[in-house]
Amino acid sequence: MTTVHEPKLTTFDDNDQKPVGHGRMLRKEDPRFLRGRGRYTDDVQLPGMLHLAILRSPFAHARILSVDISAAEASPGVKLVVTGAMLAEKGLAWMPTLSNDVQAVLATDKVRFQGQEVAFVVADDRYAARDALELIDVEYDVLDPVVDARRALEPDAPLIRDDLAGKTNNHVFDWETGDEAATAAVFASADVVVTEDIVYPRVHPAPMETCGAVADFDAIDGKLRLWSTTQAPHAHRTLYAIVAGIPEHKIQVIAPDIGGGFGNKVPIYPGYVCAIVGSILTGKPVKWMEDRSENLISTGFARDYLMRGEIAATRDGKILAIRTNVLADHGAFNGTAAPVKYPAGFFGVFTGSYDIEAAYCKMTAVYTNKAPGGVAYACSFRITEAVYLVERIVDCLAYELDMDPAELRLKNFIQPEQFPYETKTGWVYDSGNYEPTMRLAMDIAGYADLRREQAEKRARGELMGIGISFFTEAVGAGPRKDMDILGLGMADGCELRIHPTGKAVVRLSVQTQGQGHETTFAQIVAEEIGIPPADIEVVHGDTDQTPFGLGTYGSRSTPVSGAAAALVARKVRDKAQLIASAMLEVSVADLDWVKGAFQVKGDPSKSVTIQAIAMRAHGAGDLPDGVEGGLEAQICYNPSNLTYPHGAYICVVDIDPGTAQVKVRRFIAVDDCGTRINPMIIEGQVHGGLTDGVGMALMEMIAFDEDGNCLGASLMDYLIPTALEVPDWETGFTVTPSPHHPIGAKGVGESATVGSPPAIVNAVVDALKPFGVRHADMPLTPSRVWDAMRGQATPPI
Amino acid sequence: MQVTMTVNDVEVTREIEGRLLLVHFLRDVLSLTGTHWGCDTSNCGTCVVWLDGEPVKSCTVLAAMAGGHEVRTVEGLAKDGQLDPIQEGFMQCHGLQCGFCTPGMMMTCRALLDKNPDPTDAEIREAISGQICRCTGYATIVRSVRWASVHEAAAEVTR
Ligand code: FES
Ligand code: FES
Repeated sequence: MTTVHEPKLTTFDDNDQKPVGHGRMLRKEDPRFLRGRGRYTDDVQLPGMLHLAILRSPFAHARILSVDISAAEASPGVKLVVTGAMLAEKGLAWMPTLSNDVQAVLATDKVRFQGQEVAFVVADDRYAARDALELIDVEYDVLDPVVDARRALEPDAPLIRDDLAGKTNNHVFDWETGDEAATAAVFASADVVVTEDIVYPRVHPAPMETCGAVADFDAIDGKLRLWSTTQAPHAHRTLYAIVAGIPEHKIQVIAPDIGGGFGNKVPIYPGYVCAIVGSILTGKPVKWMEDRSENLISTGFARDYLMRGEIAATRDGKILAIRTNVLADHGAFNGTAAPVKYPAGFFGVFTGSYDIEAAYCKMTAVYTNKAPGGVAYACSFRITEAVYLVERIVDCLAYELDMDPAELRLKNFIQPEQFPYETKTGWVYDSGNYEPTMRLAMDIAGYADLRREQAEKRARGELMGIGISFFTEAVGAGPRKDMDILGLGMADGCELRIHPTGKAVVRLSVQTQGQGHETTFAQIVAEEIGIPPADIEVVHGDTDQTPFGLGTYGSRSTPVSGAAAALVARKVRDKAQLIASAMLEVSVADLDWVKGAFQVKGDPSKSVTIQAIAMRAHGAGDLPDGVEGGLEAQICYNPSNLTYPHGAYICVVDIDPGTAQVKVRRFIAVDDCGTRINPMIIEGQVHGGLTDGVGMALMEMIAFDEDGNCLGASLMDYLIPTALEVPDWETGFTVTPSPHHPIGAKGVGESATVGSPPAIVNAVVDALKPFGVRHADMPLTPSRVWDAMRGQATPPI
Repeated sequence: MQVTMTVNDVEVTREIEGRLLLVHFLRDVLSLTGTHWGCDTSNCGTCVVWLDGEPVKSCTVLAAMAGGHEVRTVEGLAKDGQLDPIQEGFMQCHGLQCGFCTPGMMMTCRALLDKNPDPTDAEIREAISGQICRCTGYATIVRSVRWASVHEAAAEVTR
C-alpha cells in the first residue's frame, strides 16, 4: 500500500532547505564530464570497429534512375556498399515512423527531400568511408519540388508520396478541436475581433552532439547491441524488433551519455538502421556518426506552422473566444512523435491561461519536399506553437484596445478557485494560481518603472520594448487510456533495490540528455526513503538493465518517471515498516516514519534505521509472516492526468534605430513547476530554454530556396545564440503543486523554450509601436526588423 | 607520415595520414575522447584544446601541424588528481548540463584566467563567444569562471 501525501498549496515556499532529498545539491554526474570521462556514442570504440558514412540526395525531389557503386566498392578500405535496392531485397528499405507513416531507410524510387539517405559505405575508418561516397554514381531525374506548404494542396502540385497506394495529393491529415458553431456565434456578436497571420518558422534543435550509433551484432548468440543517441531506448528497441525482425530479447539498446537532445533524438533515423544492417552484413561493430550538416538537413526539425489567429473580446478587454486555422508542414514523411489520438500533439491548449467562452481550431497537415520529423526542439508536443499563437494574438488585441498587455492578461486569467479547469477544447488543467506568478515577474522587472523609462525614450526617438508572455503547458504524457506512441502506452516503470548495507540502486526507463537525472532521481528517492542521495545509484539508458517505459521528451521525466520513483520508494518503505514492526516488536500502526528510520510512537529511543532494516531483510532469521526476503520493489506508473506548469516571462529589448539590431537587455522568468526538487537544476533548465527562445525569436530558421535546397545547412548559416546574444537571466518562482502527482512536481524542461519566444517577439513589436507595427514574424533579424520599421514586414516563408 | 608531439606532458609518436585532423588524432588514435567534435565549420568550439598554451579549435588543425608542439586537453586539466579551480567552478555553479561543450569551454576559460585572473562578465562572454552551448544559457558558465577567479585569488592570499 502506498501513502499518498496530500500536497498543500504553498506559494513562494522555497524548499531549498530540505536536508535529505529535495534541495540544491551538486550533480552526481558532473565529475566524469569535468574530467573528459563522459562516454558519448562517438566515444565508444570496439575492437575491429568499422565506420559508416551515408550518401545523401543533393536534390529535394528526384527520381532515382540508377546507382553505380562499383568504383566505391573498389576504394581502399571499403568493406561494404549498400543501396536502397539492396535493402529492398531484404524488406528493409522502408521503416515505420512514430506517426504510423513510413519513411525510406535508403531511397529506392525517389528522393523526397534534400539530404535524404540514398546509399551507405562501411569502411576501415571515417576518412575512407567518406572518400568512397564520392565514388558512388547516382543518376537522377530531377522533379519539381513542393517547398511551400500553401502550394502543397493545389491541384497541380507535384505528388510527393506516390509510394503510398492510392495517394493522389499531398494531404496528411485534417484535425479540429473545440466548438465551431459556438465560437462563430461569439465572434459574430463581439465588440472587437482581431485577426493576424502568424508564422512559426521551421527551426532545428541542433544539439551539440549530432546523432549516431554503434551497432554490434553477434552472429553466434544472435544478439544486437546498439549504442545510440536516443532519448527513448525502450521504444526504440521495440521498433527495431518490429522493423528488423530481431527478437526483442536479443536487442540491447544503450543510450550512453547524450550531448543534448531537445527532441532531436526521439525519432529512429535511417542511419541507426543502416548501422545495424552494416554490422549484420560485415560481422563487425559499425559506427555511424552524422556530421553537422547532415544533422541540420535530415533530422527532426520543429514547428513549421502557418497559423491564422483570431481573438474576440469586449471593448473593455474581456477575452471571449479564440479561433485558429493552421497549415502544418510535416515534410516528406510524417515523423511527428505524438500520441496516436493527437496528430497535432497538444496544440489544443491554444486557449492559454485565460477563462474564455469558446474556442475552435482547424488544422490541415501537408507533405512537402523537406526533411521529415516535426517532433522536436523542446516543443512539449506542439505546445510551443500553441503558446506562441495565443500570446501573440493577445498582444495584438492589447494593441487594438490600446491596453497594457499585463493588465489585459491579469483581467482574463483563470482564477485559482476554478481549478481543476476544463478548457473549451477539453483539457483539464490540474492546478494553477496565475496572478501571484505574474505579479512576481512584474515586481522583479520593476514593470511600472520600465514603462516610464520606455515613455521617456520614445519621446527621444529611442526604441525600447517590453514584452510579456504567460504560458500554461500540458506535460507529463500521459494517461495510457488516451496516450501512446505507436500503440505503446506512455507509462513508465521504476525499480528500487536496497542492498543489505543500506545503499540503493534505482532503475529508470527515462534517459537524461543533460537534465541531471542521476541527481534528481536520487533526490526523489532519498526524500521518500531517507537514504542520502550519495548512497543511491541511478541506472538508466540501458534496456537490459532498466524497466520498460517511453523515455524522456515532452518534459515527461519528472511528471511520469519522477512519480514512479517516489511511489516505488513508498512501496519499499511500506515493506520496511513490516520488518521494522517485527524488529521493534510493536504493531505497524505504532510506528512513525521519521526520515530514514521507523520510530515507536511516543518513544524516540526505540527506532530502527532503514539501513538496519535492509540488513535485517537480507539477514538470517525469520521475517514476519508473509514477508519475503530482500528489500526491493517495482512499479509501472500510469499518470491520471497531465501536469500543467505555468510561468510569467518579461523581456526588455532595445533596438538600434540605425541598424535594426535587437538587443535583449533583460529577461525575467518566473516559473511555477509545482514542487521543486533541485532548484539549481531547475534554474539551469530555464536558462537553457530562454536561450533557445532568443535563438528562435531573433536568429534561427531553417529556410529553403525555391528548388528545395536547405539554406540552414551549417552553423555558419543556421545561427545559434552565443554568450554575446543573451543577457544574464533573472529568475523567480512560485510553487503550486500538482494535486495528482505523488510529490506535486510538474516538469520544467521545456517551459522556457515554450514561454520565451512570444515574450521576445512581443517586446520587439512593442518597441516598434511608434511605427504602427502590430505584428512581425520570427526570426527578427536586423533585415526583417528593418522591413517592419518601414511598414514592409513580410512572413519569412 | 610520422608525427611526434607532447600531449598532456607525454610525448607520443604515431604514423598518420597527412590529412588527419588533430581532433580525430586525439579521439580516435589516442583515445582521448574528452575533446569533442560538433560542427563542420569551426563554429562550435566543442573541440578546443591548447596548442602551446593557446586555445585552438582542434577540428581546424591538422595533426601534422601539431608535430613538435605541446597539446593539452581536458584530460590534462586536473593536477595530481585534484580538479583545477575552473573544473570545480563549473561543478559548483552548474556550468554544465549535457557536458558536451564543457571540455572546450573549460579549456578556453582556463586560458582566459591565466592571462586575466579577474575578468569582468563581459570579458568572459567575449572569451567564449566562439563557442556554443545549447544547454546552459551561458549565465552559469560566466558564474563558474567567476567562482574559479575568486577562489584562486583567495588561495593566492592564503599562500
Ligand atoms: S568541431 Fe566545431 S569548432 Fe571544432
Ligand atoms: S552543456 Fe550541453 S552543450 Fe553545453
